[in-house]
Amino acid sequence: MKKWIAGAALALTAMTGSAMAEGHGDYPERPIMLMVSYGAGGATDFQARIVTMTAGNDDALQMPVAILNKAGAGGRVGWNWFATQAEADGYTLGAYNVPHFIAQSIEGGVDYSVDSFEPIANWGADPAVFVVAADSEFNSMADVIAYATENPGGLTFSGAGLFVGHHIAALQLEKAAGVKLAYIPNNAGGAGAMRAVIAGEVLGGVNNLSDAFRAREAGTVKILGVFDLERNAFLEDVPTMMEQGYDIDNASVNFRGVMVPAGTDPAIIDHLAAVVPTMFENSRVASRMAAGGSPMQIMTRDEVIEMWAQRQETLEELLAGL
Amino acid sequence: MDFLFYMGDVFTPINFGLLLLGTIGGLILGATPGLSPTMTVALMIPFTFKLEPQQGLILLGAAYTSTVAGGAVSAILLKIPGAPANIATTLDGHTMAQKGQGAKALQLSFIASAIGGLFGVFLLIFLTPVLAKWALAFGPSELFWLAILGVTVIGTLDSSSVVKGLLSGCIGLWLATIGFDDIMGAQRFIFHSSVSGGINVIPALIGLFAIPQVITMFAKGRKGTDAEIISVKRHPIGAAFREVFARKRALSIGTAIGSIIGLIPGVGGQIAGLVAYDQSKKISPESAKFGTGHPEGVIAAESANNAMVGPSLVPLLTLSIPGSPTAAVLLGGLLIHGIFPGPTLFTQYPQVVWPFINSMLIGQILMCVFGLLIAGWAANVARVPPAVMAAVVLGLAVFGSYSVQHSMGDVYVMMALGLAMFFLERFGFSAAPLVLGLILGPIAEANFMQGAMIANATVGQMAYFFTGWLNWLLIVIVVVSIGYSIWMELRQRRYTTKEDATA
Repeated sequence: MKKWIAGAALALTAMTGSAMAEGHGDYPERPIMLMVSYGAGGATDFQARIVTMTAGNDDALQMPVAILNKAGAGGRVGWNWFATQAEADGYTLGAYNVPHFIAQSIEGGVDYSVDSFEPIANWGADPAVFVVAADSEFNSMADVIAYATENPGGLTFSGAGLFVGHHIAALQLEKAAGVKLAYIPNNAGGAGAMRAVIAGEVLGGVNNLSDAFRAREAGTVKILGVFDLERNAFLEDVPTMMEQGYDIDNASVNFRGVMVPAGTDPAIIDHLAAVVPTMFENSRVASRMAAGGSPMQIMTRDEVIEMWAQRQETLEELLAGL
Repeated sequence: MDFLFYMGDVFTPINFGLLLLGTIGGLILGATPGLSPTMTVALMIPFTFKLEPQQGLILLGAAYTSTVAGGAVSAILLKIPGAPANIATTLDGHTMAQKGQGAKALQLSFIASAIGGLFGVFLLIFLTPVLAKWALAFGPSELFWLAILGVTVIGTLDSSSVVKGLLSGCIGLWLATIGFDDIMGAQRFIFHSSVSGGINVIPALIGLFAIPQVITMFAKGRKGTDAEIISVKRHPIGAAFREVFARKRALSIGTAIGSIIGLIPGVGGQIAGLVAYDQSKKISPESAKFGTGHPEGVIAAESANNAMVGPSLVPLLTLSIPGSPTAAVLLGGLLIHGIFPGPTLFTQYPQVVWPFINSMLIGQILMCVFGLLIAGWAANVARVPPAVMAAVVLGLAVFGSYSVQHSMGDVYVMMALGLAMFFLERFGFSAAPLVLGLILGPIAEANFMQGAMIANATVGQMAYFFTGWLNWLLIVIVVVSIGYSIWMELRQRRYTTKEDATA
């Protein structure tokens, strides 16, 4: 019954955006909002809803978390809003996607950089994978690169857009294999990029591991390689790029987590940094994430700060040539 | 006949209660301006966390079905289209309501929705494997030509002349370029922080349709209110059924176009109603009556809207690719219970999928029943004095625009576009082609860019865009459509405003 009330409160706050302030207890004393810079139904939105569903529990934040979608321009709209207009009062959290927002800030034209935000905790890591249609003649990355070497600039492959994890993976592949490829960014995101592969509009594609895993279950694609340091538990049989002889690290892995605007009270940041990772560890969250095929990777605030700094360095180097 | 086998599951007490809840909740939320079907379904997802997969999906299926139809209520009574799908419904539906025929318009819209909707769901039940191939047939080049076909509709849609229709469409196409472009991420025309994410379609819709009307109502003020009172005519439900079945042409065109276009990933839901409306108008011998409160306009638009619901789920259920934003939200609802859509879905989880599809069938019928029950009562909205009505519509317009993404920027965009539209309407321009331009612009542009990139890497642009029977079919329809518009323009006198045209 309690969950129902929490659910109702969640829906109510999502609809009206109003917060019901009452009592004078410690932080948090009213429901918290989590801004997601992608639309309802996308992978980030879907996972954000799962990892925050136990927020009202006594061992978590003791207040429900409402999701606020501010979609547009590959996440730029939401993060611009979060960096410039969101109140740094601890009641406005944001979901980050690395490398997306860091790559966009290096590209320029946005109001944020890694200094605009304070990370709280990381909940998931979704590596990019290389997919081809189930009836494709390519059976390994070697086949793909052989084709690309014969037809310079002729290997078309789709991805979710520019300056997102898929694009970073594409740049890394070009650099590591020393060939020219034709990366086709899709306007309909990862789902659109996957459709292009299945329909045979492009020869291959970079896509999210979780979506590719589902597509392979559906029998529509083959997965040729993982853009990560290690093989993934969901795809034990798929080798990494490194194993296939391409020097590619985990810079394109899509890390998702929670952050607050810079300038938030350090006491609140400390409280969140202590509570939020344990909230992610809840067994109900883990089972729902596993059921949806979404790989989890829980990281504390300190680990995320380090990861952001590393990405900033790698991406500056990789994007310098563009 | 698996769906009949699982029909009993829908009628267990708890499941049927959820079905009722989803239907009634969906109708109310769908009728609220700014809450599109996608938003409504997303709002219901948290409630399914605690339910069994079967129960959760019954709730979502019923809600999806009835929100699409619920959008017609505000379109007809208030001239605020709840979602792009309902734009075409305002054109004749609201005019009917102003004439005191609101009850009839609502009844026609619910009956047409239910018939179109049932047809669409039956397509989903019987023809899914065939339709899946069709959903994949539309690549960048085909989608580009489809968007161009949509642009040719602009000229003949609800304007006093083709030239003014095209001009309105151009304004819409320009508005669509504001913001970051979808492919390259380049920034265009961002002159104020409110438009940094581009013009969101829902606030634009609300502003363009509702605000000019609000201003007109305020301008009338309190003078002559006695003469303004509209007697709301009662309309027997039996007569509404007879009317819908007598207008077979509009009903079948709407249902067919809605089913076909609904299948196409990324485009379907937004333009199905408008294309169906335009085609019925072109084919009808009474085409002059469209836009003046003609029942066929409502029937074509609403049957197309709901016919799209079933087919729009085909790519999701068979290929695991969400074809529309609402389908993406439903995908979340499936994944949360560990159910992966795909070809094996129907064999692995029949106890979930079939009740879900059945809930959409039964939901269509329940939605129609409830809709007909409230129609006569709701039509009395037309009797509210204009000054009060203007205030209410203005309030709903602000609420609706804000609620899309909790942004005052959207409210400013809504007000600015609405004010501009008020003056444009004085000169015979109209909002529908403008919105169509706004919707089609990004589709045409992004698909052209993608097609060109693929073409440059492979066969070259001419070969890419002009090969294949589907491309050529679309090109031929485009040429015919343009030719028809020119012929109509030459045949008809030019009028300054719509009022002159009908006088």
